[in-house]
Amino acid sequence: MADTSETTTIPITVDFSGGLEMLFDSKRRHSISLPATDGSGKPANIAFLIDHLCRNLMKDPRAELFVLDNHIRPGILVLINDADWELEGEEAYEIQPRDNILFVSTLHGG
Amino acid sequence: MEEDTRDHPFAYGTAASTLAARNGSSRRLTDDEFDRYSRQMIVPGMGKEGQLRLINSRVLIIGAGGLGCPAAQYIAGAGIGTIGIVDGDVVETSNLHRQIGHATSRIGMTKVDSLITHLRGLNPLPTYISYPTHLTPQNAADIISQYDLVMDCTDNPATRYLISDMCVLLCKPLVSAASVQKSGQLIVLNCPPTAQGLVDGKYAPCYRCCFRKPPPPSSMVSCGEAGIMGPVVGMMGVAQAGEAIKILASALHIPRQVTEDVPETNLQQPTLLIYTYDLESAVGPYSFRALKMGGRRKSCFACGAGSTLTLEGVKAGNPNYEQFCSIPTSKANLPPEERITAAAYHAAKEKGELPEHILLDTREKEHFSLGSIEGAVNVPFGKLLMKAASIKRGGGSSTDLLPIESSKPDTPIFVVCRTGLDSQETVETLKELGLDNGGKRKIVDVVGGMRAWKQDVDPSFPFI
Repeated sequence: MADTSETTTIPITVDFSGGLEMLFDSKRRHSISLPATDGSGKPANIAFLIDHLCRNLMKDPRAELFVLDNHIRPGILVLINDADWELEGEEAYEIQPRDNILFVSTLHGG
Repeated sequence: MEEDTRDHPFAYGTAASTLAARNGSSRRLTDDEFDRYSRQMIVPGMGKEGQLRLINSRVLIIGAGGLGCPAAQYIAGAGIGTIGIVDGDVVETSNLHRQIGHATSRIGMTKVDSLITHLRGLNPLPTYISYPTHLTPQNAADIISQYDLVMDCTDNPATRYLISDMCVLLCKPLVSAASVQKSGQLIVLNCPPTAQGLVDGKYAPCYRCCFRKPPPPSSMVSCGEAGIMGPVVGMMGVAQAGEAIKILASALHIPRQVTEDVPETNLQQPTLLIYTYDLESAVGPYSFRALKMGGRRKSCFACGAGSTLTLEGVKAGNPNYEQFCSIPTSKANLPPEERITAAAYHAAKEKGELPEHILLDTREKEHFSLGSIEGAVNVPFGKLLMKAASIKRGGGSSTDLLPIESSKPDTPIFVVCRTGLDSQETVETLKELGLDNGGKRKIVDVVGGMRAWKQDVDPSFPFI
C-alpha cells in the first residue's frame, strides 16, 4: 500500500479580486485540493501555494502579472482568512485545511 | 489658492479648531444649523458635541472626480466647517456618469469650481476653499498643513504615495479610497496620527506600511482604459465621507502625544474594505469584504524607525515619486519595416496599394463593439496570449490563432490595438509561433493604435 502522506491534500478556497481573476479563468473563487507537502516533504506554505497556482490554475500566460522573481508581484495583497499575510508569517505560513486565501490587486483609480 | 471670502463665524485656524474639538466647544447652534443637522445630531454617539466638532473641522479633499464628488457632498451636507478641494482638471462629458457633483452645464469649468458650485447649493454654511491645481511635492505641505484630515480621492499611485508621506510628516489622518472598473477599496490610515519614527506599541500604519511598493505600470489600469461603474466608485466615496465624519466627530484626528496613554481603538489595525461588483451574476457570494491589516511597520520608509523622509526633502524632489511608480518595463522593439503609421495604412488602403491582408484588432471586445476599422477582426489580447501559450504547449496549430481560415500562408497580417503597445507584443508573439513563415509573410504593427487612427485619420472615430 502506498504511503498515504504523499497523496494527502488540503482542501482550501482561493479567491482573486481587483482584476486578478482575469488571470484565473475569470473566476473569483476556486476550491482546490492542495498537496499537503511540497516536493521536499515540507508542509505546504504560501510560497508553495503561489507556485502551485502558477503551474496548475493560471490560464493566462502573463505570469508576470502575478509573480515577479518567484515572489508575488508588488501591488498584490495576500490575505489569509481575511487578515493581511504579514500578520500570519507571509510566505512561510503553513496552510491549514479550509483556509481561505485571497489575492487582491491594489487599485489606484478614482 | 482662492480663499472663500464670505464670513463664516466658526472657521477658526487649525490650532483653534484642534483645541475646540478637543475641549468640545460649548457655543449655541444657530437656528439654521439646528434645523439642518438635527437628524444626524440625534443619532447616538453624535449629539451637539459631535456636531460642533464637525463645524470646527477642516477637511481637505484631494481629487474632485468619481470619489471626490460623492465624498464632498456628504462632507458638506454634514456641516464640516472648512472644506478644501484640490484638482487641476476641467469637467468633461465622459466624467458625468459617475462624477455627480458636476453638471452638463458646467462642462469645461474647473472641477473644483464646478463641485463647489454644487456644494454651495447643498449647504451654504461651510467655507469652501478651491485649489485648481494638481497636488505636487512642491505645493503639498502648504496645502495639507491647513487641514485636520485628508481624503485621498486621486487616481494615480505617485500622488497616493505623496499624500501619505505628507500626512505622516504633518501628522494628519488619511482616509484613502480607490476604484477601477468593478472593484473598490477603502482604508483609514495614520489614525490617530502619530509622530514619524514612533514604533513602540501599537500605532496606526501609513499607506506605505500597507502597500510597500506600487505595482509595475504594465499591470496598472486607469478608469480611462478599463472603465468604471458609477455606483462602485460612488459607494467608495460615500464610505470615505462616512469614515471622515466618524473620525472628526469622535476627535480621533487629534495627534497623540508620546506620553499619552493610547486608548484601544480598532483604527490602529485598520480594516481594508473591498467591494466587488459582478456584472455577470446578480447575487454574488461576497460583494463586501473587510480585511484586517497590520499596524505601523518598523521598517517603513516613511513612518518607521530611522526614517529619513522630511518636508524639505520632499519639496526638493526626494523621494522621486514619478520614478518610484514607473519602473520601466521591457517592451517589444520592432524594426521599422514591421511598423506602419495609422495614416500610412489608411493612405495605402485608400489608394488600393495594400495587398489582401488580415487586420487583427486586439482590443477588448467591449471597445471593439463601439467601432473598428472596416474589415478588422477582433481577437482580444488576453485571449490571444492564452491561445498562443496553449499552442506552445503543444495544443493545436498556430494557424488556429488567425480568425480567417481562407488566408494563404503569405497573406500579410496587420495588428492594431488601443494605443500601440499590445499590438507590438502581438507581432512578436505571432512571429514566435512561426506565423511569419520564415519571413515570407509580413506581420506589421499599426503604430499608436486606434488612438492614432482617431487623431490622424478619422476624428469622428468613437475612441475610448
